[in-house]
Amino acid sequence: MNKTVMYALLLAGLVVAPFVGYPIFLMTCLCFALFASAFNLLIGFTGLLSFGHAMFFGFAAYVSGHAAKEWGLSPELAVLAGTLSATVIGWVVGVLAVRRQGIYFAMVTLALSQMIYFFCVQAPFTYAEDGIQSIPRGKLFGVIDMGNDVAMYYFVLAIFLIGFALIHRTIHSPFGQVLKSIRENEPRALSLGYDVDRYKLVAFVISASLAGLAGATKSLALGLATLTDVSWQMSGEVVLMTLLGGMGTILGPTLGAGIIIAMQNYLADLGSWVLIIMGVTFVVCVLSFRRGIVGEIEHRFGKK
Amino acid sequence: MKHKLLVSAIAAAMSTGMMMAHAQQGKLSGDTVKIGVLTDMSGVYADYGGPGAVAAARLAVQDFGGKMFGKNIEVVNADHQNKPDIAKNVTQQWFDRDGVDMTVENLNSAVALTVQALGKEKNKITIVTGAATARLTNEDCAPGTGIHYLHDTIALSNVVGKAIVKDGGNSWYFLTADYAFGHSLEKDTTEVVKSSGGRVLGAVRHPLSTGDFSSFLLQAQSSGAKVVGLANAGGDTVNSIKAAAEFGLTKKQNLAALLMLLTDVHALGLNTAQGLYLTEAWYWDLNPETRAWADKFSKVMNGRKPNSNHASVYSSTMHYLKAVQAAGTDDTAAVMKKMQETPINDMFAKGGKLREDGRMVHDMYLFQVKTPAESKGAWDYYNLKGTVKGDEAFQSIAGGKCAAVKK
Amino acid sequence: MTEIFGVPIQALLGQLMLGLVNGSFYAMLSLGLAVIFGMLNIVNFAHGALYMVGAFFAWMLLNYAGINYWFALILAPIGVGLIGVLIEKTMLRWLHQLDHLYGLLLTFGLALVLEGIFREFYGSSGLPYELPQIFRGVYDLEFMMLPKYRAWVVVLSLVICLITWYVIEKTKLGAYLRAGTENPNMVKAFGINVPLMVTLTYAFGVGLAGLAGVMAAPIYQVSPLMGSNIIIVVFAVVVIGGMGSILGSVITGLARGLIEGLTKVFYAEASTTVVFIIMAIVLLVRPAGLFGREK
Repeated sequence: MNKTVMYALLLAGLVVAPFVGYPIFLMTCLCFALFASAFNLLIGFTGLLSFGHAMFFGFAAYVSGHAAKEWGLSPELAVLAGTLSATVIGWVVGVLAVRRQGIYFAMVTLALSQMIYFFCVQAPFTYAEDGIQSIPRGKLFGVIDMGNDVAMYYFVLAIFLIGFALIHRTIHSPFGQVLKSIRENEPRALSLGYDVDRYKLVAFVISASLAGLAGATKSLALGLATLTDVSWQMSGEVVLMTLLGGMGTILGPTLGAGIIIAMQNYLADLGSWVLIIMGVTFVVCVLSFRRGIVGEIEHRFGKK
Repeated sequence: MKHKLLVSAIAAAMSTGMMMAHAQQGKLSGDTVKIGVLTDMSGVYADYGGPGAVAAARLAVQDFGGKMFGKNIEVVNADHQNKPDIAKNVTQQWFDRDGVDMTVENLNSAVALTVQALGKEKNKITIVTGAATARLTNEDCAPGTGIHYLHDTIALSNVVGKAIVKDGGNSWYFLTADYAFGHSLEKDTTEVVKSSGGRVLGAVRHPLSTGDFSSFLLQAQSSGAKVVGLANAGGDTVNSIKAAAEFGLTKKQNLAALLMLLTDVHALGLNTAQGLYLTEAWYWDLNPETRAWADKFSKVMNGRKPNSNHASVYSSTMHYLKAVQAAGTDDTAAVMKKMQETPINDMFAKGGKLREDGRMVHDMYLFQVKTPAESKGAWDYYNLKGTVKGDEAFQSIAGGKCAAVKK
Repeated sequence: MTEIFGVPIQALLGQLMLGLVNGSFYAMLSLGLAVIFGMLNIVNFAHGALYMVGAFFAWMLLNYAGINYWFALILAPIGVGLIGVLIEKTMLRWLHQLDHLYGLLLTFGLALVLEGIFREFYGSSGLPYELPQIFRGVYDLEFMMLPKYRAWVVVLSLVICLITWYVIEKTKLGAYLRAGTENPNMVKAFGINVPLMVTLTYAFGVGLAGLAGVMAAPIYQVSPLMGSNIIIVVFAVVVIGGMGSILGSVITGLARGLIEGLTKVFYAEASTTVVFIIMAIVLLVRPAGLFGREK
């Protein structure tokens, strides 16, 4: 199937979705799809496993929630504030983390995300266990009332598309090619004269900002920012979404996010079984399904 | 041909007429009454609310007759695992998509605040029983949709706090659960202690659902306070008391369990819990009516007796159903009006009244836990030490912070 | 009451004592984790979950079979070790050739499965475990009452750590294990069954976690969440101490407990964060850890 046709169909589907499905659920999917896609930029295209990505997602959620509720900022400004905070943290963490590779890189990100987590537990503006609640959606650009779920959905969709387009652009640019070469063979990229650390840092910051964008949007869409958003379990979930959907594929994370969110939603009655299923999915994926769903499809139908 | 036409016209008219009459009898959104029980089914507060709360709601529906205006009353339930985000998701779906008309239980305090705000937004009745934060009828009140039925941190501190200070406990140190409920309880008890002439020496905060209280208790011990106030509940209170016994804290200091229910005493055992003062709004062994209901409950709950939270779920659900019947509709404003007009006189409360700010005012009791020798068997745990009238225990509207209804 | 920096010495010593007790658990858990990483290059995320399983086995033995604490100390770790054998033989084996990150992800998934199963059947609030009669009561030290059981925990874990360290660093078996990781083919050529050694090492590592679980049961309440509550901290300890170093993780584990106790007295809010700050610093300055060798 022609790629453009496929994208056009998907876009059409997304536009019509709120009239067929439940807008809140769809918005959640979109936010996490963006989060997973941002994460994939690092693992799938640069080969860096960040095990603390929730810190960007969750912290931005808190900042944008606080901005909307306490400072009364309109939604686009609140989201911007959240994204900026994630970018700053992303830069700081990135500078510290890219100096190490592989397992040690993952451990640094984990340590730093735990520090952010405990900061969020203590900081008064997050209200710890209660979280920031009843975050108002406000008026977009000061005029369009976002209280209506469908209107809010289109705002979220627009943000998702912007973020997705950015990722797509990054991957298919010369910059993206260098990233891929770093993933394939870092020493060689180095010997070719590329400042590998610089590239990794830029990729990290982009990934962190977009993850922050996703989090900032989520807190407005769902009206809540809680400790769950900055927890290491959340970091693990986004890894699962990407792994399941297909690391290194462009649509994989989105699909993975959709599946996991749907599962958490519809199987919520089953309580802890959701945890078990997620764990089993992880195990199965790692053992025999490493390409993920989209990856397998691409492999079978020979895209390379 | 003409006959047939006439007959069918008459039949049509009759059936339409009957349908209209039927509809007149009771207009229900979604054509049925649907009640949602949101609680913690498996975590630190599972004994507090949990499956017992669901059972209590179902008993109320059963005793009401199971049907409203001829249609079955539905009860759904969900486990929020003590997470406000899960609670919000579930309740939102219940209101938006599943046609739920009223939610009940809604412990813990963080969940209750979220759910009550949501109910206000969607104009649906939310009955909070298990959560205790007084913010529900003060800063975060939702008159018209929100109801706070069982107890709140002000009543708790008024009854237990005052009693202990009177008994000589005039220097306090708090062990506080670090979220809305703990903070509320600590704040309200501090005010009671101070206004009764006592001092508060300090406080230490612990995360919700902590397993090991040793280091917090150590700080309490080194404060030298006469009373260590436990501003927590459920599993946390049980573990704090156990740890206090383990570390010999009770040799030199007194423990005050600011919120404790029958099920906590059961988990602790009389050996550890004996002598503790506590307050509850209800106890199964108060009179024949309460005993009868407790028996019904324990038949469906494997012999476990109900605590005051379970009883309040039953009472509030029944009150709601009766109000819907009297109002002839499940429209929020009409039902709320009936609920406020009608006093509550059942096995749970006598002369209970639902105020405009959502507070259900009823009597509170002061109990002391029996010694093992005094108890005749499982669940026979309390000696009644005193009754505090509703208006004395709960804060008045004038003294509160609910801006919408203050005169 | 004498004071140091404005804190009564009673409180300080008391918290340090408690910190030592907690530190013993951190030491035992990081010991198992370090053994597994050092020998097998696997970051065992399931370590916390297996610690929890050990505690549950002890609880189940007591409540379903009436088997007391002393037998549980032996049976539960064996049970957990057997689970470890199963995991290694059926799953981890296939990942030896792949990037280490997959090992991390697989064990992460396993941790979720284990936690989910126990949560499903036992709820998440925690079950009480009775202290054996002999340990009831406290030692009345002047600055605090120290429950007898906690003193026992400190002693036992130190003994276990010392024995493990000795076996791995000073005996022939340990030498084989260490050689086997560095150069499996060479060691195989000497006729030693390397795959068997790998399996047994993993089983031993998780068995230690199971033992820690039994010891923890009377103190921390047996709860499905006890694993996830502790695993991240244990990782931090192992990273700081040196991912392959036994001595490093034991010392760091104890130190962590003491530092946690200290911070609780002076600046309570930071007590949980301080270990991660140290971990981040160590990783940047000396990634192999304070006592470790770079891999």
